[in-house]
Amino acid sequence: MNIFVLVKRTFDTEEKIVIQNGKIQEDGAEFIINPYDEYAIEEAIQVRDAKGGKVVVVTIGGEDAEKQLRTALAMGADEAVLINTEDDLDELDQGAAAYILAEYLKDKDADLILAGNVAIDGGTGQVGPRVADLLGINYVTTITKLEIDGTNVKIVRDIEGDSEIIETSLPLLVTAQQGLNEPRYPSLPGIMKAKKKPLAELELDDLDIDEDDVELKIETVEIFLPPQKSAGRILEGELSAQVKELVNLLHSEAKVV
Amino acid sequence: MAKKVLVLGEVRDGALRNVSFEAIAAAKKIADGGEVVGALIGDQVAQLAGNLIEYGADRVVVVQHPHLKSYTSDGYSQAVLAINDQVKPDAIVLGHTSLGKDLSPKIASRLQSGLISDVTEIECTGDDALFIRPIYSGKAFEKVKIKDGVVFVTIRPNNIAPIEQDSNRAGEVVELSVDIQNLRTIIKEVVRKASTGVDLSEAKVIVAGGRGVKSEDGFEPLKELANLLGGAVGASRGACDAEYCDYSLQIGQTGKVVTPDLYIAAGISGAIQHLAGMSNSKVIVAINKDPEANIFKVADYGIVGDLFEVIPLLIEEFKALKINS
Repeated sequence: MNIFVLVKRTFDTEEKIVIQNGKIQEDGAEFIINPYDEYAIEEAIQVRDAKGGKVVVVTIGGEDAEKQLRTALAMGADEAVLINTEDDLDELDQGAAAYILAEYLKDKDADLILAGNVAIDGGTGQVGPRVADLLGINYVTTITKLEIDGTNVKIVRDIEGDSEIIETSLPLLVTAQQGLNEPRYPSLPGIMKAKKKPLAELELDDLDIDEDDVELKIETVEIFLPPQKSAGRILEGELSAQVKELVNLLHSEAKVV
Repeated sequence: MAKKVLVLGEVRDGALRNVSFEAIAAAKKIADGGEVVGALIGDQVAQLAGNLIEYGADRVVVVQHPHLKSYTSDGYSQAVLAINDQVKPDAIVLGHTSLGKDLSPKIASRLQSGLISDVTEIECTGDDALFIRPIYSGKAFEKVKIKDGVVFVTIRPNNIAPIEQDSNRAGEVVELSVDIQNLRTIIKEVVRKASTGVDLSEAKVIVAGGRGVKSEDGFEPLKELANLLGGAVGASRGACDAEYCDYSLQIGQTGKVVTPDLYIAAGISGAIQHLAGMSNSKVIVAINKDPEANIFKVADYGIVGDLFEVIPLLIEEFKALKINS
């Protein structure tokens, strides 16, 4: 089975966001594989181990993203592809990213494509479904269970806390929700092996994409931090009196109940 | 300049979701005096059209088909694209719900348009509509606009106030016949797990538990309090990892980002990832045994104490408040 995983390099969830000259400061920040993409990688590895085939992880980014691709290889992916847009494009939006990924994937005969259901930085969740649509294949988002039997696929999908049980078929793109699996940590032998696994670097030229074909539809006007929330009131006294006061405050002062 | 804006009314359990009324309010703002057209999609949904008009839609286009009984991206996108062809809107607004998140990228792909997801605020200056949305799960915000083409946005529930319902408002309701075909997904079953039936992203009140809840049973008093307040139960990653509750309840940078009117954090220490998911709530109450817990730094009101003592007392007090008011 030809399995592809779309991954994104993101800020570590521990990082605070600092804005300088209107841009988010990246210097010194730790980067990780987008946590939802880790579920996608894990699931891809499990499907490959059960059904055979190979897992290719794909990302768009700069040289720095190699580190995250190596991590995915160390987890057990077979090959990695870095679509390096650093020289060609200053910015990307979701439509543009999906277009580039779809151009890469269109002749790869993918049976299954996995991605995270959302990236924790941009947080749009658009790229996966857009790629599926451009490739003309079906997609199912926020999945928590995947069972493949031949070309038949049974999926459990999280819809706002409820579960939807779905039947569909390959080829298919799915986006991973938390709870799908428990992503493995790369093992030491895995890390050693990963160093020798193929990691291809492509530029837009290699995909026959002209810079002008990548049309951005969204313009960022400003990036800003939310107002600092100041610590509020710690209530004092007998616990039952505190609770009485709290309910009173919520009702009369904050007016939320 | 006046714009024509299309809004999808989302139906759940036979009624329109509140976020759809919020979407109409958002559409009105973008329309800048232009027309707001409601779209209703489903099996038997035409009877809800009046409700969209009461909340501000000028007219409603309804697509009904047996294949639209359950949401599928194939079925719904065919319906929306058919409505889009007929209405030819300058802008489209959907709720950033499970359905909206799944459907909107496909429509945007078909229309070759930009899509601004998860909008929390709209600013209209002159001809441009600017949209504010959280990035890094609310650790920062960006203000963005669509450069050209249709202005397509999804709005986060609970952030844009709906227009007051007016039962005297009237508008045209037309049915559009669309042949819905080639569905590649079959919905076999929906298993209800959300305990209170109130969706986390739309809940006005959230009672969330962390490791301090200690067990699955420990969530019971939280559920009781949430039920009493018409809210939903949430959890920190710690509580989910410890298997006290389902991951679907997780709030934080991985998990859901929520902005209820009232967020009660019980036994949650307040890791940065959790704060990202809830610190933009309107009012935050923290209950924790540890006075040094990080959660108190973002709380409007804090009680230092054992949640198993505090929550039952809270239930009593809220019950008393309900009786007295």
